[in-house]
Amino acid sequence: MFISLDDLAARVPDGALVALPPDNSLTPSALARALVRRGVRGLRLVGVPVSGYATDLLIGAGCVAELDTSAVTLGEAGGAPRFLAALAAGEIVLRDATCPAMHARLQAAEKGVPFIPMRGVLGSDLLAHRPDWMVIDNPFSATRDPILLLPALAPDVGIFHAAMADDEGNVWVGRRRELATLAHASRRVLVTAERRVAGNLLADEKLAPGVISGTYVEAVALAPRGAWPIGLLDDYPTDAEHLLAYARAARTREGFAAYLAEHVAPAIAAAAE
Amino acid sequence: MTPTLEERLAVSLARLILDPAAPPARHIAVGAASPIPAAACWLVKLSGHPVRLSLLHREEANPFSEGTCELFDLTAQGRIDLFFLGGGQIDGAANINLLGTGEWPAAGAPFRGVRFPGSFGSAFMYMMTPRTILFREEHSPRVLVPRVDWISAAGVSPPEVFRRGTAQALLTARCVFRFDPARARFALDSVHPGESLASVRAATGFDFDAPGTVPETPAPTGDELALLRGPVAAEMRATYPGFCARVWGRA
Repeated sequence: MFISLDDLAARVPDGALVALPPDNSLTPSALARALVRRGVRGLRLVGVPVSGYATDLLIGAGCVAELDTSAVTLGEAGGAPRFLAALAAGEIVLRDATCPAMHARLQAAEKGVPFIPMRGVLGSDLLAHRPDWMVIDNPFSATRDPILLLPALAPDVGIFHAAMADDEGNVWVGRRRELATLAHASRRVLVTAERRVAGNLLADEKLAPGVISGTYVEAVALAPRGAWPIGLLDDYPTDAEHLLAYARAARTREGFAAYLAEHVAPAIAAAAE
Repeated sequence: MTPTLEERLAVSLARLILDPAAPPARHIAVGAASPIPAAACWLVKLSGHPVRLSLLHREEANPFSEGTCELFDLTAQGRIDLFFLGGGQIDGAANINLLGTGEWPAAGAPFRGVRFPGSFGSAFMYMMTPRTILFREEHSPRVLVPRVDWISAAGVSPPEVFRRGTAQALLTARCVFRFDPARARFALDSVHPGESLASVRAATGFDFDAPGTVPETPAPTGDELALLRGPVAAEMRATYPGFCARVWGRA
């Protein structure tokens, strides 16, 4: 169950459909760095429901072919520079979505149904550019009632950073229940954990509601400060200064390469020079 | 106690929230990166009005225990009365654009234009919330355009489309516009100090209605400023440290 961070990264195949949370929800930054080091290619990333630092890092390192998300942002640090650069260069295919649609599509997969209806969205240009989304007339309504249908989304791999993991592979994410939906919907789930705890998290009545059962988890890697520079619940706050420095550095290809060399993959960056 | 622009805007938003002509705002949600709307909501609550606030980015005692989809589920059921939205572009029919400008890029083709962050939940929230207050500080022809390049969320919908509400108003650093969904058109409600109908027209890319005499947006009262600078600032410091330091100085 417990393997090394690099072994965890090795389990993400090239070209996989990989879903991950954004910068306010247990973002797997250490795993993203390990994926950059492993040189993964052609990932199709899914933002649950939006995308942030880890996604920008993977895009900048050339690991990403496609992105399905509701927004890409570094929050207070501004726009995501490598995402914007990749878009301008035509290096990634972007599919724009809206937050509740990402949740609903994962919920459909969680329930094992092929699609799910959702209110709203009609009249948005999002629809015109999502051939995989469809509008039907509500079959239960006596009057005309157009409604959006969304296809279920079952990611190949779900990745996130948990605050705790136990010997059974149960992981604790607190109130971040969208990660439970993500875990239930994904075919495989790879988790990094801030700390390993003895025993069984599900035996504790107070912790159990924030636990994702090991049933869904394929492997865990211990990664202390594994969300950094993003914060982790009440463990540590976001490193706003580092994110600002990243946002500045990543404005240029050279600045991003220097960032990789310093913080992610010294050997790889040197080889790319 | 000269009010800052941020304080004026927060007080203007608070008055829109409390507008007796609008449906009641018993439960208000505030999205990420929205310190001025958050300040307005705290001002309403701390002035003694019974309102439930769900602040998405509140770290401590975040109101949602079922994950980030809970906000959307609440809204889908009609349990959120009021939400705030902005836009990289907003047009005269209250369409908002959080996507970008220029031609929509073909899949994998180089993108020429300005890319905004993305739609977030707007395509859903705008239609499922009984009231939306549009808020964008920058009031310029590049933001307030005749027609948005891309619609993230539509200002009005055909009658057969399920929709609980539309924009109530649009607040900018220059003025307050009211929105009339029947006509899909804004009307100037008041101008902030230093602005006039002419200056607002010059800075607005879309056409709008205006009364013969345009009133000035009422200034914050001493009580409102005292609440903002004391209890409201105290509530907001943990979530918006940068904003609080800039507007109210360090604690």
